[in-house]
Amino acid sequence: MAESTPDRALTRLVAWIDQRFPLTKVVEEHATKYYAPKNFNFWYYFGVLASVVLVLQLLTGIWLTMAYVPSGDGAFASVEYIMRDVEYGDIIRYLHSTGASAFFVVVYLHMFRGLAYGSYQRPRELVWLIGIGIFLVLMAEGFFGYLLPWGNMSYWGAQVIVSLVGAIPVIGEDLMIWVRGDYLMSEITLNRFFALHVVALPLALVGLVFVHIVALHKVGSNNPDGVEIKDNKDENGIPVDGIPFHPYYTVHDFQATIVFLFIFCAVVFFAPEMFGYFLEKPNFEQANPLKTPELIAPVWYYTPYYSMLRASTFPLFGLQAKFWGFVVMVAAILMPAMLPWLDRSPVRSMRYKGLASKVMLALLVVSFFILGYLGTIHTTPLTTGMAQVCTMIYFAYFVLMPWYTRVERTKTPPERLT
Amino acid sequence: MSEEPSPANKNRRYLLIGATAGATAVGVMGAATPFVKYWTPSAKARAAAAPTRVDIAALRPGEILKPTPAWRGQPLFIVGRTPADIERLGQENDELADPASDNLEKQPEYARNAWRSRKPEVGIFLGICTHLGCSPTYHGEPAAQDFDPNWQGGFYCPCHGSRFDLAGRVVKGVPAPDNLVVPPHSYLSDTEIIVGVDEETA
Amino acid sequence: MSGTRVLLAAMLLIWPAHAATPAIELEPMQPNLDDKPSLQRGMRLYMNYCIGCHSLKFQRYERSADDLGIPHRVALDNLIFTGQAIGGLMETAIPQESAKNWFGGPPPDLTMVDKVRGTAWVYNMLKSFYLDPTRPFGVNNRVFEGIGMPHVLIGLQGVPELKNKRPKALDLLAGDPLGNGELVPAGDDGRRRFVPNRDNQVLEVRPGTGALSAEEYDQAAYDIANFLHYVGEPGRQKRKEIGVWVLAFLVGLFILATLLNREYWKDVR
Repeated sequence: MAESTPDRALTRLVAWIDQRFPLTKVVEEHATKYYAPKNFNFWYYFGVLASVVLVLQLLTGIWLTMAYVPSGDGAFASVEYIMRDVEYGDIIRYLHSTGASAFFVVVYLHMFRGLAYGSYQRPRELVWLIGIGIFLVLMAEGFFGYLLPWGNMSYWGAQVIVSLVGAIPVIGEDLMIWVRGDYLMSEITLNRFFALHVVALPLALVGLVFVHIVALHKVGSNNPDGVEIKDNKDENGIPVDGIPFHPYYTVHDFQATIVFLFIFCAVVFFAPEMFGYFLEKPNFEQANPLKTPELIAPVWYYTPYYSMLRASTFPLFGLQAKFWGFVVMVAAILMPAMLPWLDRSPVRSMRYKGLASKVMLALLVVSFFILGYLGTIHTTPLTTGMAQVCTMIYFAYFVLMPWYTRVERTKTPPERLT
Repeated sequence: MSEEPSPANKNRRYLLIGATAGATAVGVMGAATPFVKYWTPSAKARAAAAPTRVDIAALRPGEILKPTPAWRGQPLFIVGRTPADIERLGQENDELADPASDNLEKQPEYARNAWRSRKPEVGIFLGICTHLGCSPTYHGEPAAQDFDPNWQGGFYCPCHGSRFDLAGRVVKGVPAPDNLVVPPHSYLSDTEIIVGVDEETA
Repeated sequence: MSGTRVLLAAMLLIWPAHAATPAIELEPMQPNLDDKPSLQRGMRLYMNYCIGCHSLKFQRYERSADDLGIPHRVALDNLIFTGQAIGGLMETAIPQESAKNWFGGPPPDLTMVDKVRGTAWVYNMLKSFYLDPTRPFGVNNRVFEGIGMPHVLIGLQGVPELKNKRPKALDLLAGDPLGNGELVPAGDDGRRRFVPNRDNQVLEVRPGTGALSAEEYDQAAYDIANFLHYVGEPGRQKRKEIGVWVLAFLVGLFILATLLNREYWKDVR
């Protein structure tokens, strides 16, 4: 069959590019000849969705920067300017503020998938570690970004978190002043947070996401069975249980993206404040260094860690409780990075792990949710006690893992995907 | 694992790809709308661009109104013309590129006359050269100048040497292609004008 | 939101200690942005009684007039008392410095009061002033105790006073036969003080002192609160209108995406 003229022109164009840039090679390696396990389930959508949200945040963020004024006098007013005077400014702003929460929703679910199916295990340790790096940058990005509207909750939330640095013995106080560049949270602090939020961290984030995907495509995707598809190849060297990412998973993920966008847009257009969980009420008041909001609660995605911070109520080894709270919080965030070396199980997937692993994972999820809720309310002795128990459970999941993954009775995974 | 689809299947596939791609394109255009509209003048910019009232009580024949008023952030040249100026502008002048204001975009209909103004004794122009946007300077006296020994009074752009007469009409053979712009305006009274609206509505 | 929160709290047997709880229970109030006449009345009341001290400095007259269906001419003649252009921000006429001297602090801008406090709070606050000679302006407020402003709507509402309810059986048992309050022990100044029992008091307006009937005043308070709800986020309704189209489009696209996905996945066993 003879090729039509436009087709031939396209072929020649691609050939011209291929001599100068590995276009076809890249497309094949990462899409048309990237073989992914054919049994991806619901949990395998969130990596793609995270990239969708990343693009959305970059676009809306760049646009917001065009009308935002990073100054003590101008920041709050400029956000209201965007909300009222700029055409479609309110939509762009809500896309961005809701996008921040959506980012954490999909990333938490993506991380849970990793825990459940052992995606951190050999040979995917580096994929996992880069992922933890992305998570850290994301948390910093959210934190710096939250100060920018210069509302009263922005101000005091940042004040509290920056004060944590002051808990570090000896150098804490000086370090705190260095971070703020001032003796209180001020325009000077706002300006550096702005620079980090709109330039430095997005660059880091995009770079890390890039290497995350490169590393993943080097070792290949895990799957709900935790069985390596590269162990079963046909005569052409193609995994028997693999299918090309494009078109099969592109159409699959496209469908999932639409569903995600539906839920996302429902929030953006009908409940962008999410009843005070995405945009907190005191943040509609301008930052006031003389008046603290009655309840300082971080945005929901930080509350589990914030609870753990507050759960540390007693001094130890001659160091303040405040310092230990800081240590606990940092440890809680960094703990998952140890997983590749904590998990001693002969199997990857939760499907074939023993009862202990299943119970511990369930407890981890439940305690994480409880901690998250407790972080949004005032503390009472009862809630502090609960937070302490949940913190112990959270850490037990990691610290006891070398033990319970070895002693429990596991099932034998199948040779091929089920 | 995967088999070649049958021809019927292939057609169905192409149809679905086309339909989905088309719908997605519509969606992308819809999603782009807020991003495009975001760049249009905001309510703040529109408020700043609102019609401006200018008190011209201090304007004398043969002078330009000082300090220079602004409309939409651009300088407004409001000049008083002497009877001699008015007479001279009314005469035929083959040195001008567009003596009869045939380019209709450069002035409202009511300013399409020899003086390019509502009243012969008052001229109102945007002080922006039609060449590359510099602001010309006012030289009202008909007297020899460095740039023109035979100067009859008008505006001279220092950037690239464009010259305009006292009616803002551009001289032939200079870089500027068009006459100075006469903004829409109307008289609220003999001593007050409003720039930005053709009729007295606001 | 409080519904979800309360539910969660109840499930965990913890009651979130919301310090923001006002002194009295708020009467519910449902704003209605489709009720243009109410919003217009609210704006007129606000412009006549409130903007003298409380600016809406992030909002523009033009936007308000356009959204509420008020012609610019009418707005300029009847609603804008500062001589500003229609495109101007809704600033207050009094200089902030003098306001500081009169009230001990500049009166807050109220553009976002609805977002911070809630519509019901504004509505109830407007209805909760009462005579209190101990206060600098002669009035106090049941929703906002110690409020530092006069009751500017007193001419409309009439003179509101706090009256004791009839004694309840429970109060009789508690040894407080009238349920009016209690005497607290002597403090540092050696004087005993009477603390009224707020729960057992009701507001009554002195008959014939206000220009409006009780129902009309309630409506006026509703209209102002409704207007401030609008001002809190003027784009609210347009956003929801767009949202309906966006969601409808996504449903359509989802159907196509599903068909396409199915078509391809026929290949995969």
